[in-house]
Amino acid sequence: MSAAPDSPARRKLALSPAMIIAPLVVIALMLVRRWLFLPEDLVLLIGAALLFAFGGFVLGKLVGLPDRWIVIAVPMLWLFVFFLVPFFVLGRISLAETMIARPPYSPLWERGDDGGIEIIASLENYRFLLSDALYVNAYLSSLKIAGISTIFALLIGYPIAYYIARSPEPRRSILLLLVILPFWTSFLLRVYAWIGFLRREGVINNVLTWAGIIDEPLVMMQTDFAVYIGIVYTYLPFMILPLYANLVKLDGALLEAASDLGASPVTTFLTVTLPLSVPGIIAGSMLVFIPAIGEYVIPALLGGPDTLMIGRILWDEFFSARDWPVASAVAIVMLVLVVLPIMWLQSVQNRQEVQE
Amino acid sequence: MTSNPALAVNTRPWTDPNAQPFISIRNITKRFGDFTAVNDVSLDIYRSELFCLLGGSGCGKSTLLRMLSGFETPTSGKILIDGQDMAGVPADRRPTNMMFQSYALFPHMSVEKNVAYGLLREGKSKAEAAERAAEMLKLVKLDSFARRKPHQLSGGQRQRVALARALAKQPKVLLLDEPLGALDKKLREETQFELINIQETLGVTFIVVTHDQDEAMTLATRIGVMTDGVIAQIGEPREIYETPKSRFVADFIGSVNLFEGRVGPAAPDLMRVETEDLGSVSVPSAPGLTQGQTVWLAMRPERVWLTREPKPGAVNSVPGVVMDMGYVGHMSSYMVRLANGRQVRVTQANESRRDNPISWDESVHVSFEPGDFRVLTQ
Amino acid sequence: MRRGWFLPLFATLGFGFLYAPIVSLIVFSFNESRLVTVWGGFSTRWYGELISDGQLLEAAWVSLKIATISASLAVVIGTLAAFVLTRFARFRGKLLLTGMVTAPLVMPEVIIGLSLLLLFVAMEGMLGWPAGRGMTTVIIAHSTFCAAYVAVIAQSRLRDMDESLEEAARDLGAGPVRVFFDITLPVIAPALVSGWLLAFTLSLDDLVIASFVSGPGASTLPMVIFSKVRLGVSPDVNALATIIIGIVALAVTVAGILLMRQTRRAR
Repeated sequence: MSAAPDSPARRKLALSPAMIIAPLVVIALMLVRRWLFLPEDLVLLIGAALLFAFGGFVLGKLVGLPDRWIVIAVPMLWLFVFFLVPFFVLGRISLAETMIARPPYSPLWERGDDGGIEIIASLENYRFLLSDALYVNAYLSSLKIAGISTIFALLIGYPIAYYIARSPEPRRSILLLLVILPFWTSFLLRVYAWIGFLRREGVINNVLTWAGIIDEPLVMMQTDFAVYIGIVYTYLPFMILPLYANLVKLDGALLEAASDLGASPVTTFLTVTLPLSVPGIIAGSMLVFIPAIGEYVIPALLGGPDTLMIGRILWDEFFSARDWPVASAVAIVMLVLVVLPIMWLQSVQNRQEVQE
Repeated sequence: MTSNPALAVNTRPWTDPNAQPFISIRNITKRFGDFTAVNDVSLDIYRSELFCLLGGSGCGKSTLLRMLSGFETPTSGKILIDGQDMAGVPADRRPTNMMFQSYALFPHMSVEKNVAYGLLREGKSKAEAAERAAEMLKLVKLDSFARRKPHQLSGGQRQRVALARALAKQPKVLLLDEPLGALDKKLREETQFELINIQETLGVTFIVVTHDQDEAMTLATRIGVMTDGVIAQIGEPREIYETPKSRFVADFIGSVNLFEGRVGPAAPDLMRVETEDLGSVSVPSAPGLTQGQTVWLAMRPERVWLTREPKPGAVNSVPGVVMDMGYVGHMSSYMVRLANGRQVRVTQANESRRDNPISWDESVHVSFEPGDFRVLTQ
Repeated sequence: MRRGWFLPLFATLGFGFLYAPIVSLIVFSFNESRLVTVWGGFSTRWYGELISDGQLLEAAWVSLKIATISASLAVVIGTLAAFVLTRFARFRGKLLLTGMVTAPLVMPEVIIGLSLLLLFVAMEGMLGWPAGRGMTTVIIAHSTFCAAYVAVIAQSRLRDMDESLEEAARDLGAGPVRVFFDITLPVIAPALVSGWLLAFTLSLDDLVIASFVSGPGASTLPMVIFSKVRLGVSPDVNALATIIIGIVALAVTVAGILLMRQTRRAR
């Protein structure tokens, strides 16, 4: 009976293919770069990341760090630099002043007279946000539009999800596919499709006029109504899918038990199905509400000039007014008032699920 | 295969004080935060044993197994396998292999690739590994399934593939985590003996973790009964059943009637124990007991005599009424209520087609032989 | 349960709501008239105009490149993050990493776009890199926020995966790196493929983030479409939409057939 020969040398060698592959990937990328018109700095960035990973691995081995440190460091560092640090920059610039310069804000720090670094920060932008009713209204209006859209998406999505969940195979799979399919097509083009539907000479007005129901075309484009339609339409699949996933798990025996105990279909629905589907309702509503609240494209394409949504305000502040500090302040307020509460809610919810 | 001279001489090395243990677990403790999963366990296991760790869920048996395989690091203590200290040896370099409860067959590899996986990892050539894999599959009678994927096999076949894969590397020790747990009852019984055969053929040391006492009794050369992170008793199956050391072991293995009592005056052969339930009973005297000490008398239900009339010559006998009975075929089990309300479990073998079996509400006499009591102090 | 008329009717109307705009988009792409909503006879002239629209083709090519690279990077970063979060019991910064993986899912696109742009500008000012904005910055942005989506998918697959598979491989003598490539990766591969596809779609679809972090010469397809449709309906966009829908429908059908065949073989 013999155990495997203990050979750390072979173990080290087993790593070498990976270490050969890393530079090869970079070289290969450099070669095809010209042909694919890939930007040079991107290839260098990937190369640097690979070098960091494999170099760190070898270095860690030499220093005696556990192998896993580099596995943790790679995603951690990437997300730290490109996700977390930007928020600090955002916060810093929200405290800067607008200037006619490139970039259009006051420097992040200045050399003082004594050669030290001075940081000038002011809350002026935030004071401005509070003083102008436009911004406060935009926040409130975003909440309202996202909230109402979510309710409508729920009212429309629930029966559809229920119907799919109760359908026999293969109809169920086909219907489910039909719900998912629009998601894979361009979001922008689906919103665009509604312009053709809603505008003055659009499909709806044409049909209604032809049928003799209306004489004057209805004004639907560039109204809040169009924005609601756009949001509900775009995010309806996000409502249906979690609801479906929840409802399909519902044990049919529960419904039979309820009716066996004398409940009418309506009572059964209200006392059994609906309470059990609450997690699906919450999940679906979150998936609609969260993207809706910061939405830019839908109000920009379908809404009117008076459709106030905070994402649009931020966009205009940045692109039209070129006021980067105020745009940053809008973003920070949005982060604090909208995103952080949602994240907190979700973490509470997750913890509850873990406990169950 | 190393031949073991000791095996020819003595099939029960644990009875020999000079025998060298093959696996030595010394004062092993494992804590997860505040929870102590394994508490100061010491255990010696000998070459070619089939050792069963038996216990309920959460008793620490799986944690102990995972420390042997290297998936958990002991908080303190030492594990020696064949004289080699396992501290700091990672799972992939231990002379042990494990058969997992879920079998853990790699779903994306064929049966033969699964079996050959470990061989390739120790540097064997592809041909060598394939040959050995085929050999192992023949051993478990699955040679015609080599090219199938795990999901195309039945539960019993998967179990055998897992066994073949774990044995392919000729480990010094094979660790089996609930090896038969996922099989249905009938298949489990057949497989038990197959497992014993394979173990005896190969002479590999097996350590089996199970919660099923029947499985442990059938398979094991010795059983270690675990509870709350400690080993309550180690012994051969018969020893564990006949002479349990504690109320826990007596109750855990099979069923038992326990009577609390106090030791009466000492006597050379038999002593008397005063119990509330049975009155004063005679039991074989045991050393180390002092008068007035609280003891428990353990009595297996099948050792109890149940008769309509008092059994002539019985030393211990009490009257009672049959409260409940159940007919199980080869035997019947009774619940008999004694005068003070205490219920006693009794089983009687149905040896003949008795025309008049004892039934509900009958007044009966329950008699006990002194030698069938086991006196427990803990 | 009694079969009511309400649910089927409602579901039919619901699917009508989902598909009517798409169908009209397709129908009017074959319209001779420039007025998108008035039928002027069958024609394929808008497809012809589409093909000769160099700007649009260029943008499509840029978008495809960005989406392919971003999705691939996102799969690498997301898988690593998911693996670290599910397989390493405790390490310093685990909470931070968990936060950074889940936050992009609830972060409005405008904030992601703006904050990344400000980072790039600040970095350019301090380090000189990235020099200006273009494809690289879009790829960095997309792979970062797509990584979060991949991580969610990979995490749930890794959690469902029987961990004893990995332990079995360790037990049979494979080192940790080997186990990852031999066992973990093949087992979660289907999840990574769907993660890649999701990331690809998200990247291809993104207008807001790209608008912030892109620069001259790197206009993505959504950016070009957006500037066109902002001015009103244009039939060549209809033609483009029809082509995209056709490709997606084809891909989904093929994927569906392949999947069905696989499950049948699995049985």
